[in-house]
Amino acid sequence: MQRSCLLSPGCKCNEAFEKAFSYTPEEIINIIKDSGLRGRGGAGFPTGMKWEFAAKAAGEKKYVVCNADEGEPGTFKDRVLLTDSLDKLVQGMAIAGYAIGANYGILYLRSEYKWMLNDLNAKFNEFKNQNYLGNNIMGKGFDFDIEIKLNAGAYVCGEETALIESMEGKRGEPRNKPPFPVQSGYMGYPTVINNVETLCNIPYILEHGVAEFKKYGTERSCGTKLFSISGDCAKPGVYEMDLGITIREMLEMVGASNTKAVQIGGASGSTAGEKDFDKTICFEGFPPGGSIIIFNKSRNMARVLKNFIHFFEEESCGQCTPCREGTRRLKEAVDRIERGEKLSDEDMNTMLELAEVMKNSSKCGLGQTAANPFVDILGKFREDF
Amino acid sequence: MQTAVESKLTVSINGKEFDARKGETILQLAKRNDINIPTLCNHADLCESGNCRMCVVEVEGQRVLQASCTTPVAERMVIRTNTRKVRKTRQMIIELLLAEHVGDCQTCKRNTNCELQDLAAEYGIEEVRFGKSQEKRYEVDTRTPIVRDNDKCILCRRCTQVCEEIQGVEAIKPMGRGKDTDIGCLFGLPLDETTCVFCGQCINRCPTGALTERDATKEVWKAIDDPTKHVVVQTAPAIRAALAEEFDIPPGERVTGKMASALKMIGFDTVFDTDFTADLTIIEEGTELLTRLKKALVEKSQVALPMFTSCSPGWINYIEHYYPDLLPNLSTCKSPQQMFGALIKTYYAQKKGVDPKNIVSVSVMPCTAKKFEADRPEMYDSGYKDVDHVLTTRELARMIKQAGIDLMDLQDSEFDDPMGISTGAAVIFGATGGVMEAAIRTAYELVTGREVPFANLDIRPVRGMEGIREASLTITDPLPEWSFLNGAEVKVAIAHSLTKARMLMDKVRAGEATYHFIEVMACPGGCLGGGGQPIPTSPEIREKRAQAIYTEDGAMKLRKSHENPAVKVLYEEFLKEPNGHKSHELLHTKYTPKDTW
Ligand SMILES: Cc1cc2nc3c(=O)[nH]c(=O)nc-3n(C[C@H](O)[C@H](O)[C@H](O)COP(=O)(O)O)c2cc1C
Ligand code: SF4
Repeated sequence: MQRSCLLSPGCKCNEAFEKAFSYTPEEIINIIKDSGLRGRGGAGFPTGMKWEFAAKAAGEKKYVVCNADEGEPGTFKDRVLLTDSLDKLVQGMAIAGYAIGANYGILYLRSEYKWMLNDLNAKFNEFKNQNYLGNNIMGKGFDFDIEIKLNAGAYVCGEETALIESMEGKRGEPRNKPPFPVQSGYMGYPTVINNVETLCNIPYILEHGVAEFKKYGTERSCGTKLFSISGDCAKPGVYEMDLGITIREMLEMVGASNTKAVQIGGASGSTAGEKDFDKTICFEGFPPGGSIIIFNKSRNMARVLKNFIHFFEEESCGQCTPCREGTRRLKEAVDRIERGEKLSDEDMNTMLELAEVMKNSSKCGLGQTAANPFVDILGKFREDF
Repeated sequence: MQTAVESKLTVSINGKEFDARKGETILQLAKRNDINIPTLCNHADLCESGNCRMCVVEVEGQRVLQASCTTPVAERMVIRTNTRKVRKTRQMIIELLLAEHVGDCQTCKRNTNCELQDLAAEYGIEEVRFGKSQEKRYEVDTRTPIVRDNDKCILCRRCTQVCEEIQGVEAIKPMGRGKDTDIGCLFGLPLDETTCVFCGQCINRCPTGALTERDATKEVWKAIDDPTKHVVVQTAPAIRAALAEEFDIPPGERVTGKMASALKMIGFDTVFDTDFTADLTIIEEGTELLTRLKKALVEKSQVALPMFTSCSPGWINYIEHYYPDLLPNLSTCKSPQQMFGALIKTYYAQKKGVDPKNIVSVSVMPCTAKKFEADRPEMYDSGYKDVDHVLTTRELARMIKQAGIDLMDLQDSEFDDPMGISTGAAVIFGATGGVMEAAIRTAYELVTGREVPFANLDIRPVRGMEGIREASLTITDPLPEWSFLNGAEVKVAIAHSLTKARMLMDKVRAGEATYHFIEVMACPGGCLGGGGQPIPTSPEIREKRAQAIYTEDGAMKLRKSHENPAVKVLYEEFLKEPNGHKSHELLHTKYTPKDTW
């Protein structure tokens, strides 16, 4: 169950590149499409399709952006990849560039990871010296360079269009979609934005082939996935597991006992109660975000809820009404609950209606999912309230 | 090029099929077909921001509701605009906004003309389930001509958009994040310590009462009610083409005579017309231009060209902040409002035999920057404050209503003599390109002895709503004293709105401009689109007001400023000659370079 496709010591740049450049860009896109790889940044968008859109989009320049914003509370799996598997990431970005016709890559780094900056730059220079980056990579006639940009420190900047705004020096606020970044992204040019982990899967797929990659996971969630597992368990840490693992299997692996709830996919993810533990973690089950937080029976879920809702109220960019005002009202409600007040049925209905409105009408993923824990935790752990 | 067939799509809204254009949004399609979708952050003059989420609709196959203002139509799209889900969502959004909207409708300047109030009524909001905050959180700074009450702000950001997209000033910006977001100035500075030009375009875009003009009606009423005061009023050209809108009349109705009657009924002792000093401006500014041209062409001396117009106080504020190096190019003429003010307390006071200290001079302007201009320390040339109070069109409408007057029922009356006499050239000052047209009508005739070679005196090339317009006119057969202009191609340019002004100024600064004369108006459409004009505004509304202004011009007996008989008398009796000593003392001014940030 525990795998090491991504966490294995670096694969050989030579081999993955050698293979990649033996294909045409279209062939690479088809391979990635065939692999069934879906984005690891949260939404699970098929990577091959994303690349295909960008490849077909007209633009005198194109960009590949690696989203290393890793802002979801409880997530630190991209950090591990950045420190331990940078070679995979660099290959993934360069291959993405080759596939879509981009010569520029940007690594958008979470400001809390500023300490990595010197090291990353030094390693990029090394890659350049070895001609894995720069002009005419490995004599294959393809130029690709990577530049690092630091986030200004807001969670919402991990949202791809806010990320672009922030890179352009503006307020980090999500844009309206369409146009999607693949049509008009950084500086108006077609831009592929992928999560660190998504990109790290690329050299593996090219080196080992689609069949090998698809050996792991389920039919609609192929491959392995990294999880930052924290909370009430004996062995917290970053794990690489097959997609489609059951919650129970996962809990066993990390030595969790007496578990009451599991938060999968961070604050905006979903909360599993005991009766969900035989369900799977994958795109067709509990959507796999980067973080898994385990709560044992001593935990009060009202407190957990309060933390999540406070987080969203803090992190809403404030642009659109449902999220800015909705998170404010949700926070008021959970604070009342926390103080021991019982919400009237009427108030509770208003809040549930609000949750629905936020989901349906917010501009970006943050507002659309900010009420998830409210609905989920209140629905599943009524007794704690 | 797309063919017509390719770009036509079939889209269903509420079960009915419509022909849609490729690239248009759901909202645009719906509007074209009279399907009402409510909006708050959307505005005809601005880019779509998709912030308020009022305009959400159901689109088949989409997981969540879609903002119709930002979602393009697609072939065979199936849209529903009035399902239960849509209605409930909109109601909730209004409630969420109302919960944080602190202030009483009854005491708000925008009462009965507030988009939030209208939507609350339309969607039958009877209670705000989250409670309604009553506690005021923001201080209101009433010193500046633009008054911001953030407690009433619903964060639609139309104000910051107009400031950035149309004016390029960015004095106000969204500050803070999330629930702490508010609209403010950098470092929390008050407006008058920023580069704000006080054009008031933000007020015209505000859906609520969060942005209003500093009120002058109380002071004006006080003066009117004071029997020891002689209260004189002047009204700018653009007022007559828009005032009726405040009385629910569709845009484009001229109410010049009714307005004069209303002003008399309100109790102003003398009702004058700023058009008079608009004509005077043409004489002064035209003379200044010809003098500069002569210096450049005959004396070959160093003189700042192109010359820029100086009637628009928002533009003056802008150039002082952003192009101080180009201040020498600015005409030294005061704006018509300030010329008027200086003459009221000198020429008129003498003529009328009134002690100027007892005169209260009031102007009605389509403009909030005029309030700022009247307060400038340079504007005391009569020995007193030349213009005591500036009312916007909106404030005048409030005074008319407070006086119990039904504007549209009034008979026409005339402005008072002598400073109520004017020409068609003056009234077009209210539209972008108007000052240029008036100047050309006079200057050309002065130089050649002939009327401008345009049918009916309508100089069409300088008219219109294009952001920047250029024109040229070749002088042939000038009168002997202007022989140096023989064969000269006089080049002019016109810009309205400050982003457009910036483009021209950058060209001038780079030495790439070959113009002789440039007209700049700070506001889109010129004064008729000013920050003191009735709300709402849109390109169509401004177009209608422009039509009204040009119709007024066409209907005037006199169409050229130099034919204004009262202006001639003014020179004979008082000023003696254009750009003469007295003129310089009263009608011209200096400018001050200011900082940007
Ligand atoms: C509020 C918010 C925060 C996000 N933060 C991150 C992040 O930190 N890292 C990330 O890779 N994706 C984040 N995403 C998802 C991105 O918008 C985007 O979908 C992703 O980077 C695409 O990469 P993928 O296709 O490889 O998953 C966030 C989305 C939202 C709505
Ligand atoms: S949903 Fe929230 S974070 Fe996203 S645009 Fe709206 S206010 Fe900003």
